[in-house]
Amino acid sequence: MEFFERFAVPHPSPAIYASMVAIGLVVIAIIAGLTYFKKWGYLWREWLTTVDHKRIGIMYLISALIMLFRGGVDAVMMRAQLSAPENTLLDAQHYNEIFTTHGVVMIIFMAMPFIFALMNIVVPLQIGARDVAFPRLNALSFWLFFMGAMLFNISFVVGGSPDAGWTSYFPLAGNDFSTSVGTNYYMLAIQISGIGSLMTGINMITTILRMRAPGMTLMKMPMFTWSTFIANVIIVFAFPVLTVALAMGTMDRLFGTQFFTMENGGMDMLWANLFWVWGHPEVYILILPAFGIYSEVISTFSRKNLYGYKSMVASMVVISLMSFLVWVHHFFTMGQGALTNSIFSITTMAIAVPTGVKIFNWLLTMYKGKITITTPMLYSLLFIPLFTLGGVTGVMLAMSAADYQYHNTMFLVAHFHNVIIPGVVFAMLAGLTYYWPKMFGFMLNEKIGKWTAWLLSIGFLLAFMPMYITGLDGQARRMYTYSEATGFGTLNMISFVGAIIMAVGFALIVYNVYYSTRYASRDISSDPWDARTLEWSTHNPVPEYNFAIVPEVKSSQALWDAKKEGHNLFKGKYEEIHMPNNSGAPFLMSVVFFIWGFAMIFSLWIPAIIATIGIFAFMAHRSFEQDHGHHISVKEIEETETKMRGAK
Amino acid sequence: MKMDHSLPLEYSTDQNKLNILGFWIFLGAEIMLFATLFASYFTLANRTGNGPTGAEIFEITPVLIETFLLLTSSFTIGLGIHAMRLGKQKAMLTFFSVTLLLGLAFLGVEIYEFVHYVHVGAGLQTSAFTSILLTTLGTHGAHVTLGLFWGLFIILQIKKRGLTPQTANKSFIFSLYWHFLDVVWIFIFSFIYLKGMM
Ligand code: HEM
Ligand SMILES: [Cu+2]
Repeated sequence: MEFFERFAVPHPSPAIYASMVAIGLVVIAIIAGLTYFKKWGYLWREWLTTVDHKRIGIMYLISALIMLFRGGVDAVMMRAQLSAPENTLLDAQHYNEIFTTHGVVMIIFMAMPFIFALMNIVVPLQIGARDVAFPRLNALSFWLFFMGAMLFNISFVVGGSPDAGWTSYFPLAGNDFSTSVGTNYYMLAIQISGIGSLMTGINMITTILRMRAPGMTLMKMPMFTWSTFIANVIIVFAFPVLTVALAMGTMDRLFGTQFFTMENGGMDMLWANLFWVWGHPEVYILILPAFGIYSEVISTFSRKNLYGYKSMVASMVVISLMSFLVWVHHFFTMGQGALTNSIFSITTMAIAVPTGVKIFNWLLTMYKGKITITTPMLYSLLFIPLFTLGGVTGVMLAMSAADYQYHNTMFLVAHFHNVIIPGVVFAMLAGLTYYWPKMFGFMLNEKIGKWTAWLLSIGFLLAFMPMYITGLDGQARRMYTYSEATGFGTLNMISFVGAIIMAVGFALIVYNVYYSTRYASRDISSDPWDARTLEWSTHNPVPEYNFAIVPEVKSSQALWDAKKEGHNLFKGKYEEIHMPNNSGAPFLMSVVFFIWGFAMIFSLWIPAIIATIGIFAFMAHRSFEQDHGHHISVKEIEETETKMRGAK
Repeated sequence: MKMDHSLPLEYSTDQNKLNILGFWIFLGAEIMLFATLFASYFTLANRTGNGPTGAEIFEITPVLIETFLLLTSSFTIGLGIHAMRLGKQKAMLTFFSVTLLLGLAFLGVEIYEFVHYVHVGAGLQTSAFTSILLTTLGTHGAHVTLGLFWGLFIILQIKKRGLTPQTANKSFIFSLYWHFLDVVWIFIFSFIYLKGMM
């Protein structure tokens, strides 16, 4: 009995029991459904074992949307708790758990997979490649992310959620103050998915450097590919720092090391430093691909070449370097002294400059353009003013002396949501809408899409603008309640209303998918947006091999120029195509990683050792395996091409 | 499979070139990993709490032996790759085996060293200094251990399949890995041991 007690939730509530039942029912329903419709084989052959970048992208997308809803529920609960003074909907402990999981889920398990989804789906197509450099590794990256996410998400029903904030500062996150296994979940789940992210970084850089279509020099790459490239360079340099920090945190908690403890020389600030040396670059890992999406969308729907291509590239390079030089701005108040703070104030303000350059480039792209306001374009138009607001408050926070007033208040919370929602989330939704026909062969409904964009924007303004005010008035973040006398009640109620409106907006996305799947026309051309880059020169949806003939490229907007000048991108004739084979190993290996993580979290040493051996066994198997892939014959290509064209 | 015969075997196919570039990028990540460990080491090196300092526990003899073993192994794997380029499979396998034996000996001495540290009261849990010391050394040691298995697998594959573009590619990548571990060791030697003993 004692053995099982550790799996109990230390601080249960009816809501948690209800979720347990709900999770159980959903799992049973999924298993029953798959069995009833005889879909197990299909699921295994077409999805669990796939190494196709497009399918992996779609799996990332689905996971990201599910996580968006998980994180969204957390958010609505927090706003509901704060909507009135001295509310008792949640107690302090639950509130702590919820803001912690909200932050982790949204950054690590929603935003990251969302950008990986778009990178996977778009980049190989945009550079005229047939897949990524290491398709098998790509599948492993996805499954590691997925298992990390699953591990993190079972925490609240098995053993208890982490409750030390998404930044998990020590000594709070140490054994003395965080006694449940929650923080172990944090350390290990993020570790597992982080390894996946690192491998994606290596994969994408190699792909972009080596697999571009003939003629596509670096300075002729479409902007989304450029932004992906830079973001992945940041990933490769930033994620190992997180790996080490998490490993040290794990060892402090499980093996009694003294890295971040309060005695025997331990140094809690080391965690804060390491965390933000990863953490600040991380926010640029998220925003750069978002900028890439806006660049594609704005140029397409202004019917103009992107203004200032070179300065766009240069500003991203500068941002990538500088993103490693500003991390201290996250703890100006933690005692570095005036000189250090001043230096980091200046670097932080300086990083706003290349960001500003990009804003002007987008404006000038639109200037005198023939603008059509589609849903992706609407998101981009809303992004520009809203994001600028967030950037400006960022510069306010960057002034270290003033930050003593703003730090850890709602003002900060408003700032980062102000850059992440209109910046990252809107870009992902714009990308989702824009690339939907590429993935599924039909368009999402424009009317519902625009409603969504407006609801999200209005909801966003209502939810977060009041926080700037209450923050300046001193409302602290991460506090589960406040007194009547503070007078924060009304503004927090407005925030709650905003959160509800946003929730409606997100729900509309699901409705849109449902509606469009049912009613949208399947009769679309390969280029429904009249776009400019290579991904729109192949069929919708894309055949397994992407391009029957590898395209030849002359400019950064190859398709547009081909359309205008009437030249043929695809010269030559069909040749046999070599493609990688599917494999179950990435999925199974990630399952073993899940077991490993779970065993570590609960200090179950024997299963942990067995799982470790299992992981190495998979690596050994991979070393000896010979996998030469398969070939698609010219006849098959011809058949597919005829069929695809017939469907138009 | 398209092959370019003007290039060494390990670069001869497209996938081979991708693998090598990918591995270089991976080494970039590894550099960051060790750089983080070193940065943490420098931060915590003097925070010894109630535990011993570096000068009190470091012993020069095993460290010199370790350094000698690992540096030599880096040389022999270089010879191995040279033999591979000349197509001399047997010589290559000999050099690879010698490399792995040297690596194994290194690991043996390192294990002795760890036992010694624990013996003199510098365990993983003693102080921030010993935690980061053993973690940094341990991370390097774990890399060497992994390398021993990896190298062994490659030797077995070459025995079975001969020198093909695939096996040559793996061997070359493995040699990069091994040289990298050597470089990391040089940093450990200079900045942890020598600096600590001064
Ligand atoms: C114009 C550029 C920006 C500047 C000058 C800036 C400045 C800052 C500063 C100084 C802080 C720390 C404030 C404090 O803790 O008191 C901060 C926090 C934060 N920023 Fe920004 N920022 C900028 C852009 C961004 C972007 C683009 C993102 C994400 C896409 C972002 C995400 C965040 C997050 C997540 C936090 C808070 C993390 C936490 O403590 O939980 N920022 N920003
Ligand atoms: Cu920052």
